[in-house]
Amino acid sequence: MIGIKLPVSEEEIRKLKAGDEISITGVMITARDAAHKYLVETGGEDVKDLLRDSMIYHCGPVVKKEGDKYSFVAAGPTTSIREEPYEGPVIAKYGVRGVIGKGGMGPDTLKACAEHGCVYLSAVGGLATTLARSVVEVLDVHKLEEFGVPEAMWVIRVENFPAVVTMDSHGRSVHDEIEKLSRKKYEELLEK
Amino acid sequence: MDRGRLEESLFDLIRRASTSLPPDVVAAMRRGIAAEGEGASAGTSLELMLENAKQAREGTTPICQDTGALLFFVEYGPDFRQKEIEEAARAATVRATEEYILRPNAVDPVTGANSGNNLGPGSPDFHFNQRDEEGLRVRLLLKGGGSENVGAQYKLPDGRLKAGRDLEGVRKCIIDTVYNAQGKGCAPGVVGVCAGGNRGSSFGWSKEQLLRDLGDTNPDPVLAELENTLMEELNGLGIGPSGFGGKTTVLGVKIGKQHRLPACFFVSVSYTCWAYRKAFMSVQGGEVTYDWD
Repeated sequence: MIGIKLPVSEEEIRKLKAGDEISITGVMITARDAAHKYLVETGGEDVKDLLRDSMIYHCGPVVKKEGDKYSFVAAGPTTSIREEPYEGPVIAKYGVRGVIGKGGMGPDTLKACAEHGCVYLSAVGGLATTLARSVVEVLDVHKLEEFGVPEAMWVIRVENFPAVVTMDSHGRSVHDEIEKLSRKKYEELLEK
Repeated sequence: MDRGRLEESLFDLIRRASTSLPPDVVAAMRRGIAAEGEGASAGTSLELMLENAKQAREGTTPICQDTGALLFFVEYGPDFRQKEIEEAARAATVRATEEYILRPNAVDPVTGANSGNNLGPGSPDFHFNQRDEEGLRVRLLLKGGGSENVGAQYKLPDGRLKAGRDLEGVRKCIIDTVYNAQGKGCAPGVVGVCAGGNRGSSFGWSKEQLLRDLGDTNPDPVLAELENTLMEELNGLGIGPSGFGGKTTVLGVKIGKQHRLPACFFVSVSYTCWAYRKAFMSVQGGEVTYDWD
């Protein structure tokens, strides 16, 4: 298990290889469909400083509000591939060093990871209660009214958040490898 | 049964579905852990999933943050009124959202606004059936969006798959859906299938297959055999838990059928993630029981 502290340097991210298990500590931000569209179409003034050298978490949490304090109740990853049209430009524009989600992403994101020094990390899908325990503090939230709870950009502090590097900055994708492997079996089954 | 107690029981049903993994699913995942063998990372993933489910149950928090679409399948006798059940279920849904058992999940596709309480046109999704015997039976599925996205409907014949208008064609459609899903629908999944029907009824019936117990046997011997064959074939794809590779790609294959028009042959495949959330309840003579804890 490799420990990563946020913010993180490009050099450190480039050392990571597909298959590495890592544990993340620091401040990151959640973003999914509405947020990605917003980040691409605007200058993202409210979050751009936070995103530099930090990570994006594809997550639409269940959030509890007590007084004016928020906390995450359930917070597993959402399917990342929906952000494929946006992720490359977001990585390039904001200097994001890591994107955490589930299911993997496509060739444009893989290319952006290589070009700009970023990795894609998989968290286990559905691990909502366990992963919410790694979110030790909700620091802020952006666009809550406009986007709603799941889509808002939540600024969170995580401790020992577990994830696996499945797309590295050297062009390797575990998802492509598994797909290729299963493709062979799939074709055999269709021929049968 | 008075309205207050009905609402309370339905709230409890939602709570159970969202926060506790049913015993048939836990058993299927344990079989997966055994199949992966000692020390396999796919087995470790399955163990993490079960640990998460345990924590969710103990803390009464959602197993998955995507608490899904609410699908209520209701059978009611002459001592119940449909409208009253529906109203009580809506109220229970609002309360479950307020108590963080459900995430606000109903979004207006035109304005983009989230209703904030899981109510809206089509949400929850109710399927009512009247019956002659007194009492009430409610089966609830919470179906997550990630797995809903990887479902698919086919129209046979399908040239790309070389799938004809027969059972062999049905088999190929199911293999295609699971292959395309890879890890995106939170494998290991369960597939509910309907062969036949019209576009709407077919998808509906494929979802109803997900109400079956994972350990049951299809009463139709031909479909039972196909289910067994597909379990083996799909687990041979090597996609594995979370799509990281492994021997456990599906936990169950459940196939139903509906008569079709001579001109139409639809195959609808609904996929649900390993966080397969369902809860069933019965009311008989004022007594409420749940099928499992």
